Amino acid sequence: MIDVEALGPARRQEIAADDDVVRVRQLVRAAAVESKLSLVDQTKLVTAASELARNTLVYGGGGYAEVQPVSNGRRRGIRVVFADEGPGIADLDQAFTDGYTTGGGLGLGLSGARRLMDEFELHTEVGAGTVITAVKWER
Amino acid sequence: MDRVPILVLGDVLLVSIQIDLEDQLALHLQEDLAEKISASSAHGVIIDITALDIVDSFVGRTLATIAAVSKVLDAETVLVGMRPAVAITLVELGLTLRGIRTALNVEHGLRLLRDLRAADEFEPDDEDEVTADDSAASR
Repeated sequence: MIDVEALGPARRQEIAADDDVVRVRQLVRAAAVESKLSLVDQTKLVTAASELARNTLVYGGGGYAEVQPVSNGRRRGIRVVFADEGPGIADLDQAFTDGYTTGGGLGLGLSGARRLMDEFELHTEVGAGTVITAVKWER
Repeated sequence: MDRVPILVLGDVLLVSIQIDLEDQLALHLQEDLAEKISASSAHGVIIDITALDIVDSFVGRTLATIAAVSKVLDAETVLVGMRPAVAITLVELGLTLRGIRTALNVEHGLRLLRDLRAADEFEPDDEDEVTADDSAASR
């Protein structure tokens, strides 16, 4: 687990339909503004969250997102967690390859989201689901 | 379901995206624009994304598809008003928006379309038109 201290309550959003992806974006943006992330960092965080929320919906068959302000003692940040109980990811190397997709997208979601975040951790089990935890720190 | 309005300005279609672009809405815009280009015989499309605070890979792909479809229908697409933070994030995400022209704002976009049209009229109307057109655009 990424070592962080929670600074506030975790807010959760179910991801079951297209418009939930938009709700996740709004929730993450509100948290990023509250934590005073720079505009560029807010944009990177919200974009990454949008990719991960869509992945949760399209590949994971739905799940939830959790957003929480955190600190590592030196800096504040926002932690996002995306969890689903879908089929899991069989080949992680492949899943992180730019341009590789099984869902008809661009294959940039997972790799792009990892580039946009500062910390990125993925746990997956075939047949059981996937949990992604990622953090964006303030500069 | 909301729709993004499409305005007709002479032979140019102007789309200003003012709401958070949900996936379905982006797909509807793609269809509506193709219909409208065909019905109005417009030669240019300007998509203003000043109000969009993120462009993720889904929206990016939809915009690139819109540009490609327009091209087949003999209309050029110019994306205008991208925020600096969105541009930085897009590059880091790995999205190149191939085949889509960009301009800073609507005014510059209109001028670009006018210049493209003018250059096009000077080109001989033969089999090489596509290549000639491409080289004119890259100048």
